[in-house]
Amino acid sequence: MAKESKTPLLDQLEEGPWPSFVKEIKRAAQKKDSAKDLLGQLERSYNDRIGHWKHGGIVGVKGYGGGVIGRYSDLPEEFPAIAEFHTFRVNMPSAWFYTTDKLRKLCDVWDKHGSGLTNMHGATGDIILLGAPTEELQACFDDLSDIGFDLGGSGSDMRTPSCCVGPARCEFACIDTLNLLREVTLEFQDELHRPMFPYKSKIKISGCANDCVAAVARSDISVIGTWRDSIQVDDAEVANYANSGLDIQSEVADLCPTGCMKWDAEAKKLTIDNGECNRCMHCINVMCKALRPGKEKGATILVGGKAPIVRGALLSWVLVPFMKMDPPYTEFKDLVRRIWEWWDENGKMRERLGELINRLGMRTFLEAVGLPPVPQMVSMPRANPYYFWDPEEVK
Amino acid sequence: MMAARTDFGPPDYKEMLPPVIVKNYGQWKYHEQVKPGVLKHVAESGDELYTVRVGSGRLVSTDWIRDVCQIADQFCDGHLRFTSRHNLEFLISDKKQVEPLIAHLKAQGYPIGGTGHAISNPVHTQGWIHCHTPATDASGIVKSVMDDLFEYFADSKLPAYCRISLACCLNMCGAVHCSDIAILGIHRKPPKINHEVVRAKCEIPNVIAACPTGAIRPDPKEKSLTVNEEKCMYCGNCYTMCPGMPLADPVGDGVSIWVGGKISSARTPPKFSRLVIPYLPNNPPRWPEVTSAVRNIVETWAAHAHKHERMGEWIDRIGWERFFSLTGIPFTMQLIDDYTLASETYRSTPAFKW
Ligand code: HEM
Ligand code: HEM
Ligand code: SF4
Ligand code: SF4
Ligand code: SF4
Ligand code: SF4
Repeated sequence: MAKESKTPLLDQLEEGPWPSFVKEIKRAAQKKDSAKDLLGQLERSYNDRIGHWKHGGIVGVKGYGGGVIGRYSDLPEEFPAIAEFHTFRVNMPSAWFYTTDKLRKLCDVWDKHGSGLTNMHGATGDIILLGAPTEELQACFDDLSDIGFDLGGSGSDMRTPSCCVGPARCEFACIDTLNLLREVTLEFQDELHRPMFPYKSKIKISGCANDCVAAVARSDISVIGTWRDSIQVDDAEVANYANSGLDIQSEVADLCPTGCMKWDAEAKKLTIDNGECNRCMHCINVMCKALRPGKEKGATILVGGKAPIVRGALLSWVLVPFMKMDPPYTEFKDLVRRIWEWWDENGKMRERLGELINRLGMRTFLEAVGLPPVPQMVSMPRANPYYFWDPEEVK
Repeated sequence: MMAARTDFGPPDYKEMLPPVIVKNYGQWKYHEQVKPGVLKHVAESGDELYTVRVGSGRLVSTDWIRDVCQIADQFCDGHLRFTSRHNLEFLISDKKQVEPLIAHLKAQGYPIGGTGHAISNPVHTQGWIHCHTPATDASGIVKSVMDDLFEYFADSKLPAYCRISLACCLNMCGAVHCSDIAILGIHRKPPKINHEVVRAKCEIPNVIAACPTGAIRPDPKEKSLTVNEEKCMYCGNCYTMCPGMPLADPVGDGVSIWVGGKISSARTPPKFSRLVIPYLPNNPPRWPEVTSAVRNIVETWAAHAHKHERMGEWIDRIGWERFFSLTGIPFTMQLIDDYTLASETYRSTPAFKW
């Protein structure tokens, strides 16, 4: 008496070694009609090859301008339980560490008010709670705040900043990414929760040039840890690597982009011309027992990174080659304020920082934030003769 | 009941960290990959921390979260973390618990891997599950691609690591534009204007300003808008601003493939992914055209790259013309840039390969 499945297409995605989101929706559907209707509507999309969500809709909770995103089905008669299916963005703890106690409390709140479905996590880093009706929003937020979870960003505000695992578990970390993230998040609560900028603004923090949170590609203000003195070398461990079969010449020295390493295979001695090293991390990645970042640590601040919308994708550009990053991070916070002030004043609607710098010119931007030009900012100087002088300079 | 509060911020990470991390915070000395999916970090103090990394589907139920909490209680004193690519990490300070945890995870069907020279969990977006602008689904393609490439997640046998990401439209919530392989949903038909909705719901000057190619003009007769279809490249900016201009279309929509992007500065600077396949059809539930295209690219790279050479570094060495001849991917007109500053991508030297 097996009942015929209503979701033959999605059922095929329950097979295979990779975790199945269809199984997860089905699990939630045992408790929640909204998850059941989500599955039904998704099967419809798999048949029609088109989405079935309506455009936008503004919802929210008291005291906040962002953090909850409206979502309405365009098939509400067929799938009434997801007629309203709004999203919460919930600010995650630094580097996504949790106690099980904290997570269980979160699950209890979400089972009470929403679909029981989540993203752990969204691309920006928030805990995404997928799907609650309008009438549950305020009560859900109240319960979230009782267990110590605040909302993340959405709309034209500072989006939830994120950071890599950093000093919590990575020997490469040149800055305390977790603490800096917390300080920045707390400092800019108003900017996070009440959209008032021309568009979104993102801050992401990586402890070294491996950039595990992709700060350079996805954040308007990218903080990337680095050092200024010499790589620390443990000669005995270098020799151990060589003895255990690592080909230091071909896997390390030959791949050094600056050619600043010399490997003496006979003496088993690695020499680095640190003045020429650009701190790319390759050698340290391969030989982390023997090589470590220097001792004088800080961060490079880059600006302008973004995904394509509106005018095209950008990678962040170096703004401050080296900044010390010690609590309470006053220099960094002040810089962020100066950048936002200029952008807020000059940016058009939906113009990200990088696009504004492109439109008004890096020169204008540097003058506005009060930073001197240095060669570390460019990969090469201009090749065209179309440049400006301040009349003051021509006397 | 507590009074309503605002602006108190996220939970304090210091209360979330396991004791071994609190003790050795900032004092880690080195790490090694014990085996695929298992890392060992050693602190100056001599303390050891084992990490077992597990792939997740990212879209998970509260029951799944409770399950993994149960495992973390049993083996990790109630602590766990997630990675920047939606993986789950179990953190263990007692070496004796590592193998029992792995055995337990395997028995329950959790995939262990994603470390070292592997394909980690694809960053991805909402798709048909929860967004109004998608040109394709997100979770379904990721599931299909990872089922197909599972061996490269579970093992660590590639020349370097390979980051696959997916975004279901050009808004790119997954910010996939610097991935070794990016899978990107695209539309191929201009917006279908619904004048009634435009009049009722849209700020006409804002919609006009939203178009990067200046394709949108006012339509005074209709008190609405028109689109110069020759100028439209289907980016969807207008639809984001105005619900009266939907682009989604079962025939027009599909998937594009981009390769060679990179985030880390190791060896070579970060770079964008480049378009290599302008369109593959939406073929749910398993998108066979997409999975085989991705596998072909991964395996061609794996067969030809030097050790430590990321996809984009390999292509820089051999040249794009060789990439196309080795993969057998046809080179089409869409691959030649004609947007702003396009000419930077044109070649100005007669030194090239056949
Ligand atoms: C209803 C449609 C949309 C849905 C359901 C959606 C969903 C999401 C989600 C869940 C995230 C992760 C957020 C987090 O972790 O806090 C995200 C991030 C993002 N979204 Fe959207 N989004 C939508 C529309 C848009 C639009 C219209 C744009 C651009 C104009 C956009 C661009 C982005 C970008 C660039 C990111 C961040 C990526 C990153 O930081 O890596 N999204 N989106
Ligand atoms: C051997 C050297 C490396 C070590 C020790 C290392 C360490 C780590 C750690 C601790 C994480 C988890 C971070 C988090 O989620 O907050 C991570 C994830 C990641 N790392 Fe690295 N990293 C190394 C090399 C690199 C390089 C060269 C890149 C270049 C792009 C990179 C990119 C990433 C990315 C994209 C993730 C997310 C991976 C995932 O969630 O599965 N890493 N890495
Ligand atoms: S960005 Fe650097 S410091 Fe941060 S986790 Fe990655 S490798 Fe470690
Ligand atoms: S960090 Fe990079 S540039 Fe510096 S020595 Fe190592 S490989 Fe060379
Ligand atoms: S990438 Fe596009 S379609 Fe996908 S979730 Fe983001 S806005 Fe929606
Ligand atoms: S889809 Fe993009 S290019 Fe086409 S009209 Fe809309 S904004 Fe302009």
